[in-house]
Amino acid sequence: MISVRTIPYRVLAASMSWLVPVTLLVMWSVGSASGVIPDGVLASPWQTAETAWTLSADGTLPWSIAASLRRATIGFAVGGGLGIMAGIVSGTWRVGEDLLDGTLQMLRTIPFVALAPLFMVWFGITEVSKIALVAFASFFPLYLNTHSGIRDVDGRLIEAGRVVGLQPWGLIREVLVPGALPSILVGLRYSLVLSIIALVVAEQINLTTGIGALLGDARRFVQTDVMALCIATYAILGWIVNRAAERLARWQLSWRNGVRAS
Amino acid sequence: MTTTDVNIRPVARVSAALRWPKIPGLRRMVGPVVLLALWETAARAGWISPVVLPAPSAILSAAIRLAQDGTLGQAVGISLFRLLTGFALGSLAGFALGIAVGLSVRAEELFDGTLQALRAIPFLALAPVFSLWFGADEASKIALVSFGAVFPLYLNTVAGVRAVDARLAEAARTFGVGRGGIIRDVIVPGAMPSILVGVRLSLSWALAALVSSEIAGAATGLGALVAQAREFVQTDVVILCVVIYALLGLATDALARVAEWGLLSWRRSFPGQ
Amino acid sequence: MASGTSAVSVRGATRSFASRQVLRSIDLEIAPGEFLVLLGASGCGKTTLLRLLAGLDRPDYGRIQVPEGRSVVFQDARLLPWRRVWRNVVLGLPRDRARAEAALEEVGLGARADDWPGTLSGGEAQRAALARALVRQPELLLLDEPFAALDALTRLRMQQLVLDLWRVHGPAILLVTHDVDEALTLADRVLVMREGRIAVDIPVRFDRPRVRVAPGFERLRQHLLQELGVVSTEHEALTSPRAAVS
Repeated sequence: MISVRTIPYRVLAASMSWLVPVTLLVMWSVGSASGVIPDGVLASPWQTAETAWTLSADGTLPWSIAASLRRATIGFAVGGGLGIMAGIVSGTWRVGEDLLDGTLQMLRTIPFVALAPLFMVWFGITEVSKIALVAFASFFPLYLNTHSGIRDVDGRLIEAGRVVGLQPWGLIREVLVPGALPSILVGLRYSLVLSIIALVVAEQINLTTGIGALLGDARRFVQTDVMALCIATYAILGWIVNRAAERLARWQLSWRNGVRAS
Repeated sequence: MTTTDVNIRPVARVSAALRWPKIPGLRRMVGPVVLLALWETAARAGWISPVVLPAPSAILSAAIRLAQDGTLGQAVGISLFRLLTGFALGSLAGFALGIAVGLSVRAEELFDGTLQALRAIPFLALAPVFSLWFGADEASKIALVSFGAVFPLYLNTVAGVRAVDARLAEAARTFGVGRGGIIRDVIVPGAMPSILVGVRLSLSWALAALVSSEIAGAATGLGALVAQAREFVQTDVVILCVVIYALLGLATDALARVAEWGLLSWRRSFPGQ
Repeated sequence: MASGTSAVSVRGATRSFASRQVLRSIDLEIAPGEFLVLLGASGCGKTTLLRLLAGLDRPDYGRIQVPEGRSVVFQDARLLPWRRVWRNVVLGLPRDRARAEAALEEVGLGARADDWPGTLSGGEAQRAALARALVRQPELLLLDEPFAALDALTRLRMQQLVLDLWRVHGPAILLVTHDVDEALTLADRVLVMREGRIAVDIPVRFDRPRVRVAPGFERLRQHLLQELGVVSTEHEALTSPRAAVS
């Protein structure tokens, strides 16, 4: 095996992000080819690729991906948006904090997965219950980070804002939110990642359309190639979101350095 | 021209009358308590249908009922068993691998790539896969829980081991302490803070895996209770189970914190940290 | 305007924190366009008084009348680090770049309009803060030890800048400081605060630019130092008969 230490650093860094998927692929191929992983357990990569082709051609795969993405986006937007707003309210006003924070901290302890059945009772087996689950999961990181970010804004800057006449909304817009922005971006990253996880869970339990439904059907008919495809699709989705989150982190860091340029 | 014309600040007067008793955390209880009170009143008055949101008192009585006839105890017991078994297996594996990879370049080259790759798979998506491989019973659930528990502990153990001051290990060696002794007395305690963070993370992932696998399909345990309650639209039981899952999470986390407090007592007298 | 022609009118302002009385029934008038300097040692309450005038705090008792148009310059410039310099200048105002640039020109920062506040030196940041304060043509300018954090040379330059700007714009000014020389360079009137009360209120009638050798200047300076509790050997020298010669 090539020792990791002999590879020049730049090449290493660049290839790092590809390392994981590639390794997985290699392991999978080797496993299938050598017979360690029999087809009944998990189809081989090439078989899966073939299935991917077939399902793309007849539209099943793109349709499922679209359905899943739609849910994830709406859920994330709703949950994240509410999280930020709640964070602003509880961060800016003492009254807001007294009303909201205690309750929300308690709700936070609920593993969102556990809410799936409850949502199904309330909303039935519909889009709403799945979106609600994604929204619930996306809510908390953004709420917590917005709240703490605003609380941590330098009091002296708040005074400077008050003195030039910025009243509650102007103060929020010009001082509190920009000041809390680094923290909010961190929350955004966590919310993004959690929204995908919540999507996966929601789709398993509540099967109508989407990748999860495809997966559920495939399991029933023991179509390991379709199952592998679905898992791979989820994995790719998760990887994309993680990369986006990393990009966000790097952008956020450079922006701060630009602001404090020296 | 603005005029501030005050004889006495009205706020000062009011708060002199309303003295908040100095109980820490009182402020934070206000919201939930008010909410619970509103909820109870609304449910009793019939403004909310009991199918949608039963009163807190109804949930409580459901809890008592199920506890008395043993259903609750049995369900919680089974779920707890799955959680703890899966967690134990997964965390031990993660711990062992972490120590190995942290200490040995060989092990790192062998295992790390694979583990990082596996970690990228959204493990919750694997529930159906696991139920196919291991059958839809205990094994597949415990397997999923273990799988979820491995990674946080693995990552944190590796990080913890790497962070141990090499000079301490060196000093131990000069006093003739053998390999095993160094691992036991220097490396593991030194990596403990990081490992314990990993334990708590693993616990929460394990819980997520448990809930996920149970809700996807279970004949016994809390998951089965939930499924049944859903079928008969017993919303009070459903909510009760949600609360119990949350309490499970809190309880295991609290236990982990107690362990942390005990195992890291030396940190408190350490000026640096 | 309620009380005559005063820009600022304070009657009986009292303020306590915990059990400590920081301001004990302060009475104060500032005429429009008057340059008032408030001297005092740390903890005497001068900053508290300024904050009352700025609207950042409210008195426990008393009556304070201040103009609507007020601006504050703090000891630390307090520019929003995430807004460029020119946008900091027009904070709270419509985003008028021309106006911001004009104000920055006045303080000598015309070329830095697009820079980030993080790249400014201490003195430059304070100049930007001054521009921000003056761009809205305030009737009252409040300065809370604005130059205390700057080096001695920058401080002198800034004092001159404030005087120039005051001559152009003409606001009433209250400048809080612990530096006697700064007070004497700038003020029309000097107040000394001690333990929450105004102990001394003296007009400074020398022509500007103020020179130390003007008759009576040094004696005033020593008087103020004494009121502040600083006794020096120079004082003895001055009160001896030989002082009359200078």
